[in-house]
Amino acid sequence: MKPRLTLGPVLFNWPADRWRDFYFRMADEAPVDTVVVGEIVCFKRVPFFADAMDDVLTRLTSAGKEVWLASPILVGSERERAAMRDLVRCDILPMEANDMGALALLEGRRHAVGPFINSYNEATLAWLAARGAMSVSLPAELPAASVAVLAKAAADLGLDVEVQVFGRAPLAISARCYHARAHGLHKDGCQFVCGNDADGMPVRTLDGQPFLTVNGTQTMSHGYLGLAAEMGRLMEMGVGRFRLSPQNMDMVAVATAFRAVLDGDRDGAEVAAELSRTAPAPLENGFFHNMAGASYGAELGTDA
Amino acid sequence: MEPFELICPAGNPAALRAAVDAGADAVYLGFRDETNARNFPGLNFSREDVAEAVAYAHARKVQVFVAINTYPQAGNLAPWQRAVDDAARLKADAVILADVGLLDYAARRHPDLRLHLSVQASAANVEAIRLYRDAFGVRRVVLPRVLTVPDIARLNAEIDIETEVFVFGGLCPMAEGRCSLSSYATGLSPNKQGVCSPASHVRYEPRGGDLASRLGGFTINIFGEGEQAGYPTLCKGRFVSHDTPAYLFEEPTSLNAMELLPELKAAGVRALKIEGRQRGKAYIATVVAAYRRALDAFAKGQAVPKLDLDAMVEGGTQTTGAYKRAWR
Repeated sequence: MKPRLTLGPVLFNWPADRWRDFYFRMADEAPVDTVVVGEIVCFKRVPFFADAMDDVLTRLTSAGKEVWLASPILVGSERERAAMRDLVRCDILPMEANDMGALALLEGRRHAVGPFINSYNEATLAWLAARGAMSVSLPAELPAASVAVLAKAAADLGLDVEVQVFGRAPLAISARCYHARAHGLHKDGCQFVCGNDADGMPVRTLDGQPFLTVNGTQTMSHGYLGLAAEMGRLMEMGVGRFRLSPQNMDMVAVATAFRAVLDGDRDGAEVAAELSRTAPAPLENGFFHNMAGASYGAELGTDA
Repeated sequence: MEPFELICPAGNPAALRAAVDAGADAVYLGFRDETNARNFPGLNFSREDVAEAVAYAHARKVQVFVAINTYPQAGNLAPWQRAVDDAARLKADAVILADVGLLDYAARRHPDLRLHLSVQASAANVEAIRLYRDAFGVRRVVLPRVLTVPDIARLNAEIDIETEVFVFGGLCPMAEGRCSLSSYATGLSPNKQGVCSPASHVRYEPRGGDLASRLGGFTINIFGEGEQAGYPTLCKGRFVSHDTPAYLFEEPTSLNAMELLPELKAAGVRALKIEGRQRGKAYIATVVAAYRRALDAFAKGQAVPKLDLDAMVEGGTQTTGAYKRAWR
């Protein structure tokens, strides 16, 4: 099957009208096949997007996009659990499960497994396939050698594996809100300070070196994963889906560039060089090359 | 009412004997390789060590749990499967697993082996825990350190397998098993290699009168003259956001939930776990003995003795972590 582009969910706390307009524009202009929608980082943000949700889903579906609803990453409290159950039960669109609880409730239904369920090896992939997974998004920290094994196993199991090729890498999730903590607040009285940072809150070392990004309860990389130059190799491995994670930049341009690489119309290394100039943060590909995730280099893929 | 079970760490045979002698109900340990989440140089057990550990512990009516709680590497499942086979053969009382592929293997191959779900699986809700029970017959779940005590009580009211919670030692502020911070800075991670902020990537750099602690290519902290330098565990570092340097994720502090024994009992918790397989036998003996005294007093309805564990905690400070809502 022709490899497909997935637009992951917006992970940041954007104003609702901006969030809606972003998806409208993606529906109209971005050459992506699948769009994953849902607030998966913080339960407290969910009401902000509720009013726009129906319009967004309708617009995307009308534009011919395959639309998946994403379940939250961390489900601990009773309210989070109730929201997760309601979301899974509504059964209007395929779900992307990001927690084992959501996966449990999806038994017998066609579903995708998101990058926040740990899928590190072929035995796990086989177990997920047997439960009805149609696609499994791999953890960002997997090196090329593991991706190759999993892509091959996926072909035998009849599902797609997906690799994130653009956008900040999700690195950790917590019950504690670091955005609130950095502002001297608690999660319960957070004043939604995460909404001040459309691309996350920059975190530097004491030397002033850019290092991480805080997005509420989530911690992300400073740089953007950038695997454009590795696309040829990923396709050869049999990776069936490529995920772009929305950032505060022209995502139509990003999607158009990756589509051109998938279609063989542009060279991946040339797109990587272009994104290095246009992205607001440096590109990173260390995880894929079995090095520190924060590093960038080895585009020629002679390592791993 | 059943008393709490006290689950204690052992990084080597001497620590295991110390834990058993100090009053552990069960000791958990790992094989000497990447199959467990404390894969540190000089730590852990050979197969022969485990056989001796089981003999020593069982002779004193203490259980042995084997942690095989990293995520098996794609294309290289054998070391993890062999670890499960050997734990069963060596008469471990339970294995502590996180990966669903490995749980599936253990459940099929060793139907009589007791399975515990590792904290590294981060099962934080009823639906997730029931799935592990139904799919693999998991008998106990070690809860991730993201839940408050009321969350734990509600959860226990709806599940029919045992829960185990951490009460003392190092504290991950992140949901366990869902953190790639270490591999972001060093290439080595808890899930893949069983290490976090590994010593192989740590350097201390004198800077004038200051001392910088570095992990991979990043400064994790800078200590002034007279300030005690700590180990650069990534999430316990000092970083800058909005021009303000601070312990953004967590202070260098240790979990101590001893004051919460009544609440944890009321919440239906079955077992209490002490972190620290990387610790020496003197530490293990002191902490285990302190908790043994506290649990014995608690079981008899007596006041829990005030125990001085300040010397045993990181940075000399203690927290009840996520168990209290204000931590969030």
